[in-house]
Amino acid sequence: MEKRVTFKGIWSPLLLVLPQILITAIFFFYPAGQAIWQSLFIPDPFGLSMQWVGLGNFEYLLSDRFYRASFITTAVFSILVTVVSMGVALYLAILADRLIKGSGTYRTLLIWPYAVAPAVAGVLWLFMFNTRVGVVTWYIGLLGYDWNHVLNEGEAMGLVVVASAWGRISYNFLFFLAGLQAIPRSVIEAAAIDGAHFWTRFRTIVWPLLSPTTFFLLVVNIIYAFFETFGVIHTITSGGPQQATTILVYKVYSDGFVGQDLGSSAAQSVILLVIVSLLTVIQFKYIERKVHY
Amino acid sequence: MKHTISILAASAVLGSTQAAMAQTEVEFWHAFTGRLGELVAEQVEGFNSSQSDYTVVATHKGNYSETLNAGIAAFRAGEQPDILMVFEVGTATMMGAKGAIKPVYAVMGDGFDQSKYIGSVKGYYTSPEGDMLSLPYNSSTPVLWVNRNKLQEAGIDPDTDLSTWEQVGTVLDQLKEAGVSCPMTTAWQSWIHLENFSAYHDVPFATKSNGFDGTDTELAFNSAAQVAHIGAMGEWAKDGKFIYAGRRNEGGANFRAGECALFTESSAGYAGIKAEAQFDFEVRPLPYWTAVASEPQNTIIGGASLWVMEGQTDEEYAGVAAFLDFLSSPEIQAKWHQDTGYLPITNAAGDLTREQGFYDANPGTDIAVIQMTAKEPTANSKGLRLGSFDQIRTIIDEELEAVWSGDKDAQAALDSAVERGNALLRRFEQASR
Repeated sequence: MEKRVTFKGIWSPLLLVLPQILITAIFFFYPAGQAIWQSLFIPDPFGLSMQWVGLGNFEYLLSDRFYRASFITTAVFSILVTVVSMGVALYLAILADRLIKGSGTYRTLLIWPYAVAPAVAGVLWLFMFNTRVGVVTWYIGLLGYDWNHVLNEGEAMGLVVVASAWGRISYNFLFFLAGLQAIPRSVIEAAAIDGAHFWTRFRTIVWPLLSPTTFFLLVVNIIYAFFETFGVIHTITSGGPQQATTILVYKVYSDGFVGQDLGSSAAQSVILLVIVSLLTVIQFKYIERKVHY
Repeated sequence: MKHTISILAASAVLGSTQAAMAQTEVEFWHAFTGRLGELVAEQVEGFNSSQSDYTVVATHKGNYSETLNAGIAAFRAGEQPDILMVFEVGTATMMGAKGAIKPVYAVMGDGFDQSKYIGSVKGYYTSPEGDMLSLPYNSSTPVLWVNRNKLQEAGIDPDTDLSTWEQVGTVLDQLKEAGVSCPMTTAWQSWIHLENFSAYHDVPFATKSNGFDGTDTELAFNSAAQVAHIGAMGEWAKDGKFIYAGRRNEGGANFRAGECALFTESSAGYAGIKAEAQFDFEVRPLPYWTAVASEPQNTIIGGASLWVMEGQTDEEYAGVAAFLDFLSSPEIQAKWHQDTGYLPITNAAGDLTREQGFYDANPGTDIAVIQMTAKEPTANSKGLRLGSFDQIRTIIDEELEAVWSGDKDAQAALDSAVERGNALLRRFEQASR
């Protein structure tokens, strides 16, 4: 006998999903549709006139070698942010999971950075690494290293990655810790009795059982690195030096709101939309296969 | 009973509309906070209490870019203010927006005397026919700031002549030898070392009179003069004589802290430097290369102007005209000039400031005015009128950073900046067609 709850007719289920559909339509489909429509025009900033250019905006963008370079920058940046924030979070979660005393305090302290807005985090890191007055810069200087992220591209990238990953570690830590605590102790103890060392236990039991959490965090963190790191980059480097930290979403902003070039900005949003959809599809199609629920 | 109430209500409504009609509201969106914000509020209060027909309501809308974006968004929604403050690089965007703006000369009407405004200040904002499209509000120009104590410590006569870059180069050598960690720094590198450099040496920054004669202009700042200057700066950067601190005015902190000996920065840096500097400082004219020009032309301005938006009532425009007239009066302008270090917009305000003895009491504060007004502006020194210019500045910043870090030579970097900037100019030309 089937136990599934079923609805009679179509109206009541439709009514129940309606709020969600409405929200998605108003806040996602409508703006996305607008972006696609606008990407086919070159409008003047005040909306006084619009010229149809078809795919001209895309052609203009993709023929720009600096725009193409920004794909690489974005890929490097996103991978680094994701790996750093997830790696550190996992390490901290494993440590916190093994704690017996004072784990509550550690957990609370580790979660704090999540409450700091990206722009504020950016300013904090900028102060510490300011090339002339930063505390960290001064200490590094004592060690004989001349920190100058204003001109050094690698250092600038390193700084925005650390600043972006920092607040994210808390978020990832929470999920990893919950994931670790959900793994039955008995399984791990059994393995320990069988003589499996920590590393073997981690590789064969913990990591596979943690994979749903890891997979979820991977998707969420990549999306974060793509879209929400804007504030950090804006406050620390404004995309410089040269174009070392100009990621795709920062270019959407600068073309749209600094350059008032809404056509190009809209076309870039569409490209971003396509990239993120592709990434998500790939993740669900290929990586999810390796996940054990 | 019911009747009396409705009559009372009706008369109350009538009364309130009469009050509203008596005082036409003029909306003014600006980008100033802090001390400058207070000074704006003071001007607005002064105007409101000086007459009873109009009330100006000033609203802070964020920084320059945010204020411009707020104005654009408001116009699209049909809710635009009467007066919008727009920074100088947004001038071409505003001019291109025919149908969104009402030129100031048209708002002011027949009796408007444009000759009382300083030519090189208003020139940035005039039409090719010489009519003022917006009212210059805060204008400054770059000068050379000198830390006299630092020069003395390095064994250099603090009164040494620094009017040419050749002389500055020699002083930088001496400073470096004396072990000064920051011989020179700058703020706003594109504005000072390319835009003003070009005007000051009377070489074009862009074709078509720097864009004044049409949107089909092309950038031209990769000529020999600019390449020589940026090349020299690049050498200084390599030798640690020029310290690059950032794209905006980050270098100001180092100068005010007494770390740097020389600093190229806006004349409007006066208030901040005076408040913070614990050393003997001095303002000098911006240096020029004798190898490029036998004597300097004038420098150009930076800052913002006030644009009047289209689509308001005649009463509101009358109020706008009265307010702009009030702002242009010598007393208000002289006070603004003395409080902020911004240039006066009228000759009368400059004369009044001199009469009041301000320049004698604060030596060097008139350098910017002299530097701007010593010569009649040429096609190369009237100003810049280039679309997407805020973004072109970012491109210039990027390419200059490549020179300072030694990744590119000056010619390659400026060629690349010109090429990339031209692509944006073509986009702008297409959008404003």
